[in-house]
Amino acid sequence: MKTYILKTIFIAFCTSLLFVQCVDDDDNGNVIEQINCNDGIQNGDETGVDCGGTACTPCLTDLDFSGTFVQEDIMGRPGINTFFSGSDLVKNNFNTTVVSERGSPNFDFQGTFEATLEAYHDIYAESMGMDPAELNYETNILGLNAQSFTSILAEFDALQVAPNGSTSYYDGTNILTGRNLSDDVIDISLVLMFGGTTGTRFDGTNDTPQLTSDGVGPGSRDFTIGFPYLELPNQ
Amino acid sequence: MKKTKLFAVIGGMSLAILSVFLIAADHIDAPDVAGTTADIADFYAFEGDDPSKTVFIATLQGLLAPGTVTDNAQFDEDVLVEFNIDNSGDFVEDLVIQAIKRGDSMYFFGPIAPTETGINSIVETVAEQNSVKISTSTDVETSSNNGMNFFAGPRRDAFYFDFNRFNLVIGGEVTPDGFLPPAEAEDFFHDLNVLAVVVEVPNSMLGSAPAHIGGSFGIGGLPPSYNVWVTLKRKQ
Repeated sequence: MKTYILKTIFIAFCTSLLFVQCVDDDDNGNVIEQINCNDGIQNGDETGVDCGGTACTPCLTDLDFSGTFVQEDIMGRPGINTFFSGSDLVKNNFNTTVVSERGSPNFDFQGTFEATLEAYHDIYAESMGMDPAELNYETNILGLNAQSFTSILAEFDALQVAPNGSTSYYDGTNILTGRNLSDDVIDISLVLMFGGTTGTRFDGTNDTPQLTSDGVGPGSRDFTIGFPYLELPNQ
Repeated sequence: MKKTKLFAVIGGMSLAILSVFLIAADHIDAPDVAGTTADIADFYAFEGDDPSKTVFIATLQGLLAPGTVTDNAQFDEDVLVEFNIDNSGDFVEDLVIQAIKRGDSMYFFGPIAPTETGINSIVETVAEQNSVKISTSTDVETSSNNGMNFFAGPRRDAFYFDFNRFNLVIGGEVTPDGFLPPAEAEDFFHDLNVLAVVVEVPNSMLGSAPAHIGGSFGIGGLPPSYNVWVTLKRKQ
């Protein structure tokens, strides 16, 4: 008898479940739509798959990318145009030439760069009471003389970036394998320009001018964040 | 060699003028582009957090003061940002990655062999296409597809340099001292912002790297390396 009662209760309970309904009142009157710009299908008022319409970004086919675009600025290694071009005319010309044509006799960027490099030395020769003709660029720590140093800068101005190896503009071990955000490219450039064979030729000691370091580091910058690697803007 | 007129001229210029024209790394580097939307501030290329990828960063429109100036800075829909990759060693781009703004997004094309190399480009719309909504200071957007990552928007300038002192140094105005000791030097860029375009690409999309150019100049032992540069090109 007890078993019969339990069975009846169980059947009644199961039967009651047949009448349970989910009432769709959890949106408080708002309509829930599953259409979005990432669902992989064209729906809503989208004009393509997940694009166009009022909610999504425009479809590429709806955008105008026509026309010819002409070079106005170019950059490979840091500071090259600013440090070496010497005049507004050369700077503008450097920006509107292509890398592989900079060695053309029409330009002679190398000659200009070498003259600028020597002119920097003249300024400090005079200040130290020396004959400018006697104080010249000295082969740098990479073994580059004035002609070869300014040639690689003027005629091969691209960043070299090694796909299989650590990146550094120059850290003593890795040389010209890219440019990190943290690399002190100014001090590296100054050492290559004014450091001579030892890297310390004009480092502010022994009555020399300080020309191998500008004295500043990254300060409060954080270079450890992941993509997109740059910090949020200063506020 | 003889002191050139160049430095006499520079030495005579006011600091205000110097501050406009003599800024590194590429920030407003030449009069024709200084202060325009086609002025590169800086360019970086480095191994990503995932060492199988390379990161390319172009920063534009340097010297943005924080706040309103940064918030109002806009990418120009007529300016094409182009990352150039030479993987054959001739310093001619074999591949490009292009970025250009439309509406509220930055659209990316490539890597792809360009239709034309050199001064002129077209947008390579037949290339792989991606996009990311342009970020603001508070709304940070990134996108990822096919192993690539994309970002465009304002960021803190990573470049550091005592540029005011640099102007005095090359102007011959602070001889014989030269640059200042660290305690006195000032980083001009410390509190400034830029507009940044960042793309991270699997190296497998960039081909094999050529011999390092340094080897041609007697610098031995350098690893094979792509030659890379960035251009800004304006629609005609």
